[in-house]
Amino acid sequence: MAEETPKKYLLGNDAIAHACLEAGVDFVSGYPGTPSSEVVDRLRAGKDPWYYVEWSVNEKVAFENALAASWCGLRSIVTMKHVGLNVAADPLMTSSYTGTKGGFVVLSADDPFAHSSQNEQDSRMYAKFAQIPCLDPSSAQEAHDFTKTAFELSEKFALPVLLRPTTRICHSKGDVRLGEPAPSTRKGEFVKNPKQYVVIPANTRPLHAILTKKQPEVAKYLVEAGLNSAEIRGKKAVIAGGISISYVEEIIPDDVSFIKISAYPIDRNWLSGILAQHTEVLVVEELMPVIEEAALQAATSTVVHGKLDGYLPHEGEYSPELIAGAFEKAGFAKNTYPAPPEVTQVAVRPPILCAGCLHRSVFYAMKKVFKDGVFPSDIGCYTLGLQLGAVDTTICMGASITVGSGIAHSCPGTDVVSTIGDSTFLHTGVNGLINAVYNNTNQIVIILDNRITAMTGHQPNPNTGLTATGEESPKISLEELARACGVSYVESVDPYDLTYLLATLKEAKEKPGVKVIIAKQPCVIMNKRLGIKRNRYVVDAEACTKCGACLKYGCPAIETDETGASKITALCTGCGVCADICPAGAIHRGGARQ
Amino acid sequence: MKKSFDVLIVGIGGQGTILASNVLGDACVIEGRHVRGAETHGMSQRGGSVETHIRIDGKFGPLIAPGTADLLIAFDVLEAVRYRHFLKQGGVMVVNREMVVPTSVFSGKQPVPTIDEVEAELKAGSAKVILVDATSIAAQAGNPLAANIVLLGAASDKLPLAAESLSEAVRRNVPPKTVSINEKAFDLGKEAA
Repeated sequence: MAEETPKKYLLGNDAIAHACLEAGVDFVSGYPGTPSSEVVDRLRAGKDPWYYVEWSVNEKVAFENALAASWCGLRSIVTMKHVGLNVAADPLMTSSYTGTKGGFVVLSADDPFAHSSQNEQDSRMYAKFAQIPCLDPSSAQEAHDFTKTAFELSEKFALPVLLRPTTRICHSKGDVRLGEPAPSTRKGEFVKNPKQYVVIPANTRPLHAILTKKQPEVAKYLVEAGLNSAEIRGKKAVIAGGISISYVEEIIPDDVSFIKISAYPIDRNWLSGILAQHTEVLVVEELMPVIEEAALQAATSTVVHGKLDGYLPHEGEYSPELIAGAFEKAGFAKNTYPAPPEVTQVAVRPPILCAGCLHRSVFYAMKKVFKDGVFPSDIGCYTLGLQLGAVDTTICMGASITVGSGIAHSCPGTDVVSTIGDSTFLHTGVNGLINAVYNNTNQIVIILDNRITAMTGHQPNPNTGLTATGEESPKISLEELARACGVSYVESVDPYDLTYLLATLKEAKEKPGVKVIIAKQPCVIMNKRLGIKRNRYVVDAEACTKCGACLKYGCPAIETDETGASKITALCTGCGVCADICPAGAIHRGGARQ
Repeated sequence: MKKSFDVLIVGIGGQGTILASNVLGDACVIEGRHVRGAETHGMSQRGGSVETHIRIDGKFGPLIAPGTADLLIAFDVLEAVRYRHFLKQGGVMVVNREMVVPTSVFSGKQPVPTIDEVEAELKAGSAKVILVDATSIAAQAGNPLAANIVLLGAASDKLPLAAESLSEAVRRNVPPKTVSINEKAFDLGKEAA
């Protein structure tokens, strides 16, 4: 074995990205989504990479690209957040039938507690559904190690392998030992084999039988490889999976057996044999009772505790103190954590739209013009428009225009104004626009065009004019795209020009059919990075009538001074919208360039 | 039972809490010790309240249980109040004497708290409170953005890490051009505590 490299203090996602280099990855694709985005972000930042890397327009596209790379014999990884796997579920479900050639890793990052997600779905269920192996790391080091294992496992069984880190793996850090990058010299070659790659009914039926046959072999191997293991120490046992393993490790008493599940499918015979040596087990896993149900099926007389009998919650993320409570309830160990201390309530500080963000002025104008309007919205920074009363629905990527259509057809006469970001529009929004036009819907669609995928860390998209690696590529025209969908009213506006923005919205209100307004201003965070500066605005304290109109705008750069007059702080980026809002004309350009 | 020294670093997205935690993490690696950390990414960075957990000698999970942290480092007095329940009985907090009033206070027309009121509230608790004028000290060192390093300097006596390891970790984590400013910020913070 090579000499050990020194350890590094590393983010879980960085450890995963580095493991891809060590595995000699050839092909990388993904769509950004917290907590998964840094994996591709790190890989695309590599100098002169030997591998191909792209941000795709959505997860289905990313998945199919990477699957094809695997069919060409290359090692590929596709990354996404858990809900992205819903978008990619169509190819996923059949990729287990066709199988793979080069190692194919599907990274789906789960988000227990929904830190930055619309739900808490459990990707392990998808692995079970698609009948593919799943690896579930418990630390940044394991995230690294399992990534390499996933490529090997995929090649061993010719199946996609799901890698399922959770937020507390992706965005946790630890002392991690890395290996050396192993640049690949593989050349892709597509060898035609219609019986495998063309899933007409006659071909897919035998492929299903092959997939079924692989299942017990995989389960058995995962135990042999030590990915699922048991340390027998008493008549009672804890079975844990994923990050919960690390929480249990911290508090488990010496006389309680410890069964670690880091991979799926679980070998039922193995588990049955382990359970038979115990009278009682407690299953500790976040989200769905995947291990618990397997244990209930495998147990003959052993009592199984977990979520299903109320020892632990189905929802949210776990913690050592939460698990210690379940230990005490089960009589495994006393909970020595202090009782939850009193929390002092102070003014909330939620994330908010930045000073000068284009979204804020659009929301302000919408509320002015459409006092009784309904505002379906989408997934992005602009979901924060909820705080401004300008977001009425958000369900998943691309569901602004479609929900808007449903409301428009259900409630004739209602003003429906949908908002969607440029990246989300290109992800799955455009289908909804085509459908809305095709079905003669009445609604206004505002595309919030900041030329970047901002919320997840400023990844480029087809509207940026740059690829993931910074090469120039043709910039898509949202105007032409909207017109090609059949929209006759397409207007581009500068959202900092409040007067024109209001006039455009009023004009669109009077027109029938689908109206598309494209509000264009670059993301202010990108401007800051690029060194683009505007003069700040100031309040003339003597002219200020303390009416509070500017404060209601909700800009983080606007505060009050000791006298109650408004003042503008150093956060101002010079958008100037507040100057248009002020009824007293007390705000004007004049601050120093920031 | 507890084998790690647990530090919670709190502040507002964009203030440099993650860089501060990276300094502690690297100092652990320099000393060949285990460490675990958890941080806030994503939407919370948009001016929201953020928390970073660091467990020096941590071998297990990255999360610190409420009521068990050994040290709280706060970049803002309001954030110190918000997260002080994480401290163990008699724990120590190192707090920047700065307050950014949340926008929700202004747009919701709530009463605006004064920094003196919040300080008094902090001191009324059971924790030992060390207040540091980190932003002005950082300005004195050459750049107000080095307030995070001033706070680490101020907390350094309370940390189970050697001063040399912390200094080396600071050098590794700050932009090369700002090394001397940050070294000075660290030393001034140490003196100010």
